[in-house]
Amino acid sequence: MKRFLSKLLVLAVVLSTAALAGCGTAGSTAGGSGDKVTLKVYNWGDYIGEDVIEKFEKQYNIDVVYDTFSDNEVMHTKLKSGGADYDVAIPSDYMIRRMIDEGMVKKLDFNNIPNYKYIDQKFRDLAFDPTNEYSVPYMWGTVGIIYNKTMVTDQVDSWNILWNDKYKKQVFMLDSQRDSIGITLKKLGFSLNTKKTEELEKAKQELIKQKQLGVVQSYVGDEVKDKMIMGEAAFAVVWSGDAVFMKRENPDLEYVIPKEGSNLWVDSMVVLNSTKHQKEAEQFINFMCETDIAFENADYIGYSTPHSEAKKKMSPDLLNDIAAYPTDEQTKNCEVFEDLAGSIKEYDRIWTEISAE
Amino acid sequence: MNRKWVSYPYLIWMIIFIVIPSFLILFYAFTARDGQGIRFTLDNFYKFCEPIYISVLLKSLGLALFSTFVCLVVGYPVAMILASKQFSKSATLSMLFIIPMWMNFLLRTYSWLTLLEKNGIINSILSFFNLPKIDILYTDAAVVLGMVYNFLPFMILPIYTVLMKIDGKLVEAAQDLGGNSMTVFRRITLPLSIPGVMSGITMVFMPAVTTFVISKLLGGGQYTLIGNFIERQFIQLSDWNFGSAISMIMMIFILISIWIMSKFDEDKGGGAALW
Repeated sequence: MKRFLSKLLVLAVVLSTAALAGCGTAGSTAGGSGDKVTLKVYNWGDYIGEDVIEKFEKQYNIDVVYDTFSDNEVMHTKLKSGGADYDVAIPSDYMIRRMIDEGMVKKLDFNNIPNYKYIDQKFRDLAFDPTNEYSVPYMWGTVGIIYNKTMVTDQVDSWNILWNDKYKKQVFMLDSQRDSIGITLKKLGFSLNTKKTEELEKAKQELIKQKQLGVVQSYVGDEVKDKMIMGEAAFAVVWSGDAVFMKRENPDLEYVIPKEGSNLWVDSMVVLNSTKHQKEAEQFINFMCETDIAFENADYIGYSTPHSEAKKKMSPDLLNDIAAYPTDEQTKNCEVFEDLAGSIKEYDRIWTEISAE
Repeated sequence: MNRKWVSYPYLIWMIIFIVIPSFLILFYAFTARDGQGIRFTLDNFYKFCEPIYISVLLKSLGLALFSTFVCLVVGYPVAMILASKQFSKSATLSMLFIIPMWMNFLLRTYSWLTLLEKNGIINSILSFFNLPKIDILYTDAAVVLGMVYNFLPFMILPIYTVLMKIDGKLVEAAQDLGGNSMTVFRRITLPLSIPGVMSGITMVFMPAVTTFVISKLLGGGQYTLIGNFIERQFIQLSDWNFGSAISMIMMIFILISIWIMSKFDEDKGGGAALW
């Protein structure tokens, strides 16, 4: 009996390690069955047009497995730990830089992506991919303040309004270390990519001060959309595309990009190094850059497209909306996030100190 | 001989999902990965000794202890009512405690978000009757409320089970000997129900001290509890080594609390036997 038991133990251990090691390959062997290729796409939640995937599947006779993530770090952890074998992913700027540095993404063959020509000049040669070899921009936007006009009489044009103790418990901050610390750095006139300890220290003191003033109602994630639409607070720090959605639901809301500047972000499509279907992955990226598809996508989700032809098809109202298409003048003080590498641990420490206050 | 087979599926389950992961945590906690590869280190534990992290731990322990205390104060009388012979509807009432557990825990916690909002359901009702509004969402009170709401059944059920098993003759005998209801409770019911109370405390304290969902949703990210902190190390920072070290510290705390509980239990048990 005992011998049987020990055999079983060994079997269990072997099985479980095999299962762990096998995770990376299981999907692709399944995908290899038959002639039909299976393409695995990994994107942000709520971030694609309703039937775009279906259209692609029909047109190219490819099966698409579509999964979503809720932030860049989660995506990175999942890909890095080897628990997934996606072909295409759509992370943000600084994360793409990190993935390039870590050798996680493939160089693209732009012969397969002729539609790249539609991508606006403004979204080429960006710092995270200076030679445009690895990524094709998908959507872009800013971080700013959304406020309820019925609850605010002051002029809103600066981050300082979020530190005004007239508005007790009226502010929703983002429960995101990078964004909340980033906007505070901008408020203080620093770069939001700073690694200088004394600047980060000042930002920390500023955020602690904000908390002590009692203006912050809470640090929230996606639920901020419902809360602002329902009028639960006067101000919230939000991503611009969400602001477009909120303004549609509640016309009392208005979005501003503070004059000190903010974060300008770009989410781009990349092909992952683990792919066995590079050509199909590039076909997918090319398909997403077709004018009709890019328009349908951007129109549906409310974020801003870097696609010059699709932008021309947008309604004039949206084109004049600062939340959707801010002018160069309005974004002149904005910066794109860079990869902080080791400094993210410093950020986490600061965040812990703020929340322990 | 044959009957032992029955336990094998569970044994395998336990090995794969409890024993091996525990060893992985142990491994990660005592190692660090640097340029040269993996090496043994205690740095992860030293790092945790900084005052800022200790204060996170103390805050978590404090909130969990307080929630456990509230659960005990609220739960014990309920268990007594449920167990009392006079109460014929106890089946219905115990169903009322169990039915909410059929719903997903996350959904129930989310619903508190809507209930407690400034313009939420509770405040709409209060303002309809011209009563003052309550404003506890995103405070300690909301987190404690969430914990008590979610974990109360874990306190009531063990106490109820123990109370049900108490021999009614003991109570009757005490009453015959002239003990009033207070004395009977103090000398008979309470000592005999201690095992239930102890397992109730353990079953509430453990999930309360490690929760990260309740504190995230109802605390509105204003607090970092130890559960949130561990989650962040794994998901946001990919620092599995530090995350594992904190998890180990947490496990030690839980083991200590179980040990104290069982110690207490034995003493009382011994005392009861002597008596």
